[in-house]
Amino acid sequence: MSDSIIITRGLTKTFHVGEVDVHALRGVNLEVRRGEFLSVIGPSGSGKSTLFHILGGLAPPTSGEAIIDGVNIRALTENQRTELRQRKIGFVFQKYNLLPTLTAGDNIALAQALAHVNSRPADFDQILELLGVKRRLHHKPSALSGGEQQRVAIARALVNQPAILLADEPTGNLDTQNSNAVLDILRDLNKRTGQTILMITHNPEAAAFADRTVTMRDGVIID
Amino acid sequence: MINKLVIENLKHRWVRTLLAALVVGVQVMSILTLIGLSRGLLEESAQRARGSGADIFLKPSTQGSFSFSSGQLNEAFVPFIQKQPHVKEAVGVLSTPVELVTTLNGVDFPAFEKLSGGFHFVAGGPPSGPDDLIVDSAYARQNKLHVGQTVKLLNHNWRLSGVVEGGVLGRLIVPLTTLQRLTGNASPPRISEILVKLDNPALTDQEVAYFNKLLQGNLQAISVADFVAQFSVNNVPALRAFIGVITVIAVVVGFLVVFLSMYTAVVERTREIGILKALGAKPLTILDILVREAVLLAVLGCLLGIAFSFAVRGLVTQFMPASLAVVNTPDWWPIAAAIALGGALLGAAYPGLKAARQDAIEALAYE
Ligand SMILES: Nc1ncnc2c1ncn2[C@@H]1O[C@H](COP(=O)(O)OP(=O)(O)OP(=O)(O)O)[C@@H](O)[C@H]1O
Ligand SMILES: [Mg+2]
Repeated sequence: MSDSIIITRGLTKTFHVGEVDVHALRGVNLEVRRGEFLSVIGPSGSGKSTLFHILGGLAPPTSGEAIIDGVNIRALTENQRTELRQRKIGFVFQKYNLLPTLTAGDNIALAQALAHVNSRPADFDQILELLGVKRRLHHKPSALSGGEQQRVAIARALVNQPAILLADEPTGNLDTQNSNAVLDILRDLNKRTGQTILMITHNPEAAAFADRTVTMRDGVIID
Repeated sequence: MINKLVIENLKHRWVRTLLAALVVGVQVMSILTLIGLSRGLLEESAQRARGSGADIFLKPSTQGSFSFSSGQLNEAFVPFIQKQPHVKEAVGVLSTPVELVTTLNGVDFPAFEKLSGGFHFVAGGPPSGPDDLIVDSAYARQNKLHVGQTVKLLNHNWRLSGVVEGGVLGRLIVPLTTLQRLTGNASPPRISEILVKLDNPALTDQEVAYFNKLLQGNLQAISVADFVAQFSVNNVPALRAFIGVITVIAVVVGFLVVFLSMYTAVVERTREIGILKALGAKPLTILDILVREAVLLAVLGCLLGIAFSFAVRGLVTQFMPASLAVVNTPDWWPIAAAIALGGALLGAAYPGLKAARQDAIEALAYE
């Protein structure tokens, strides 16, 4: 099995907005090792979220290659991309990650039901403990703090043992204290379980929690 | 888990859920009540026809040359019929409508009692004078009547001499001659139909054929059994058409309500649909969730509708037993349910497809 869990070559994405073509990605070359914690920074509109959406199989690339855990995304149908999301990808977004009508515990259970997965990681209880949400599982999102909601979202993203955790500004909506707690947990998870994590952030201090940081500008990675 | 999501979604916006279910319920109730009412009224008429004690009805022939323009016939036929073989009793009846669904029936009381086997009086007794009236208990209850009081019908003051158990001939019975005089049918005396009782009911069909031959062009004979068999919804084309119209309205209203409810739900849940897709929900799964919500709405609506139909029936029986009769129609529950379900599925189709096709990234960008 390859040492690289993500390999992209010349990845581009162009949106057609009316008559205008928006080149969100203009040739992204990126390699991420299995078990790496990578942070992605860059100005607004540089294409960070678009890159994550493609890596996570939410949208197809316009051109270029992207190999995720040995699977070439270019060759996948929409249905196959959906299955990729079920099995290999865990998403955490900036905010409103949880379905408001379900409790925290049911949000996690739903992710399993949608992926048709019955088993949880052996250490999932410890993960819940580590995230500090074990005693909050029967609450609805509206009864949880923003930090708790993000931590439940992380638990939900991990329950199906994804190859990659994609976190798009997971602390963007949190105060420093909650933000540091979430970042600590992500680093801890990465060290303990070897979970591959990619995290978008605007905050250089947050980026410093990762093993490595790449910067995007105008749809390419500049270093 | 998907079912739990569906139920929690409906509970989350419970006012909207309840309103949509209520509207569907009212539609189901309308259908069930309409059917129940049609059947109830027809059944009651049938029961009264049976309860008259007659075996054969003789009515003016539709192509008859001797019948009167008002669809009535000369009373002189009665003694003629009485003389025919196997006829035990022949009694003339004059019927005239007094209220929307009630008729006043004039008979020669002693003769009718012989034919029908007599009334069961709940209160009072048979008429003793020309202006005496007897009513059935449902009519008495609805109009709060008591024996001995004066009742004004056809602009005439009647004395209520007795209240009888229902199901015999009609709700209101008065002496024939008085009614003939009041309705301008006195000279020559006219009647609406003749009730015939045979000495042997087994000969009914044979006698019907005999009368039809004997009275060809004047009177038409029909056995009470055949007459009663006509009292079914299917034999009343106007009623069938009316039920059809109500059904179509029910489907359209059900469709619109579920459509609106589902459409607002889908717009309001745009972001949630994005999350579901990010979690790996397929378009079909999203559609499935919304269809289940619509089906649940329809089922809720049906249960409410059936409950409402019982309530309407209770109210009618309580307050208008004489004008309206509603029966329960459990055989129509599945039909009404199918109508509600059909409307709901149609209503869920567009919002469901819209949600299923929703672009995941755009949905996630939605706030
Ligand atoms: N669905 C879309 N349709 C059209 N244009 C889009 C779409 N999504 C993104 N873009 C455009 O692509 C470019 C990159 O957007 P993207 O969201 O990837 O940036 P970002 O780096 O995540 O920015 P931010 O830091 O603000 O989140 C922007 O110019 C954006 O307007
Ligand atoms: Mg972004």
